[in-house]
Amino acid sequence: MKNNKIFKTIFTLPILVYTFILIVLPLLYILFLSFCTSDSYGGIIYEFTFSNYIKIFDLTYLKILFKSALIGVITTIICILISYPFALILRRKSAHIQNLVTKLIMIPFLTNSLIRTYGWIILLRKNGIINNGLIMGGLTSSPLNLMYNRFGIVVGMVYTLLPFMLLPICSSVFEINNDLIEAAKDLGAKPLQIFRKIIIPETISGVFNGSLMVFIPAIGYFFITDILGGGKIMIIGNLIKNQFLTARNWPFGSAISIFLIIITFLLVKLYKRLGGKMDDLGGF
Amino acid sequence: MKGKYSKLLFIILVFIFLYLPIGVLIAYSFNSGSTNLIFEDFSFKWYLNIIKNTDLVNAFLNTLLVAVTSTVISTVIGTISAYGLYKFDFPFKKLINSLIYIPIVIPEIVLGISLLSVYTLMKLELSIYSIIVSHIAFSIPYVIVSVKTTLTSQTITYEEAAKDLGASNYSIFKKIIMPIITPGIVSGATLVFTLSLDDVVISYFTAGPGSNTLPLYIYSIMKSGITPDVNALTSILLLVTFVILITLTIVQSRKIRKEAL
Repeated sequence: MKNNKIFKTIFTLPILVYTFILIVLPLLYILFLSFCTSDSYGGIIYEFTFSNYIKIFDLTYLKILFKSALIGVITTIICILISYPFALILRRKSAHIQNLVTKLIMIPFLTNSLIRTYGWIILLRKNGIINNGLIMGGLTSSPLNLMYNRFGIVVGMVYTLLPFMLLPICSSVFEINNDLIEAAKDLGAKPLQIFRKIIIPETISGVFNGSLMVFIPAIGYFFITDILGGGKIMIIGNLIKNQFLTARNWPFGSAISIFLIIITFLLVKLYKRLGGKMDDLGGF
Repeated sequence: MKGKYSKLLFIILVFIFLYLPIGVLIAYSFNSGSTNLIFEDFSFKWYLNIIKNTDLVNAFLNTLLVAVTSTVISTVIGTISAYGLYKFDFPFKKLINSLIYIPIVIPEIVLGISLLSVYTLMKLELSIYSIIVSHIAFSIPYVIVSVKTTLTSQTITYEEAAKDLGASNYSIFKKIIMPIITPGIVSGATLVFTLSLDDVVISYFTAGPGSNTLPLYIYSIMKSGITPDVNALTSILLLVTFVILITLTIVQSRKIRKEAL
């Protein structure tokens, strides 16, 4: 009996300690901080206030929120537009090829995302490979501005986050029962009808899974806006980073973080309502 | 027929997009010039120069240390927790079952700053250890999820049969549970190892002075320009991971074929 108790403790104590110290405590602490204020030296003044949350709705910050959301939405849509046809083309291929393709998608992502983003600088800059190619091909006479603007940021975001859309969409499309589609064809359904009535409903939770895993990082990846946006365009990630490291206004940074968490929870709720499973999130 | 070619072309274009930046990095690792701007001449010299750049080597070793340590610890904790959550009833179990998804879904930056705040609150000095703890923090849930999916209702039947035959808790875990969950442990460990190597955001906030990891080192030299020895090291790493993955794929598909026979 005593042995059983020890056995149980070994298997349950670590998760209790982990959850409360490394998940609950940090989040409760920034929730607490978000109601404090800071002095001009970055010290925290423990006075209860809502001012940090009100400040988020200042025009300056609202603009940043709006621009982040825009970049996030554009990135998500482009990822869906690439992933859907990709998965549909490979749907009827053997499990063998599908397995290989999945591996090939993952390989580039075993190098650090920062290094890969740096690869885009070599490609996109004024005297970079793409501009040189365009000039040599006579498609343009002067180099195009491909980075240090929103275009560069979106390219970097799509590139970094595409696998998080490709993989869930592929796995949900590959799982569609082919009999369903054959039956629809026999009954005279047109391709567009099949897409609307079978493929979309069968894969919607995969699409939403991917959208969550693309949109949420896309509003936080400050290093992509730093590198490919040249520090000119700010997203929520840059704003939080600045509040913690440069402006040293931790309470305001915490309030923005709590705001982000609330948005995330609402999106996850929606995902679950669409029939998504939590265990499918973020799993390769 | 025409449609078939355009379909194939689409797949190829997607792969070009995925591999282009890496291809460029590898190409420039053979550049004799000292920048990634102009390709001068073909040379292996940057591969030999890696060892001379002690900052780069240290950053790389730190990255490996962080990835290996955090993977081992989070895999052990994640595995026993997945079994604990499946097998036992204990206080806060239901709550924990939903809280563990938080590190997976919330933006990394939020996890990064909240861990930074708590370290400051506890007056813990930022160092390579704080990076390791932070990586453990975001890794455990992935391992739990990965192991959890291998524990099904079928497992309960096996367990009960073993219990009826007088097996102890320990031997049930060792002889029955372990073989069942091993695939989940392996894929969970692989995933968190990759995530740790790839991480920029969480390391950025939880690293102390002097505890450079590869991404942080690259971030710091990004403004002044990256030297081709970084490309060379990246190319070597890529080759190694490529070989490992291809071997795994071959082994896996052989297994599929064998099972089909």
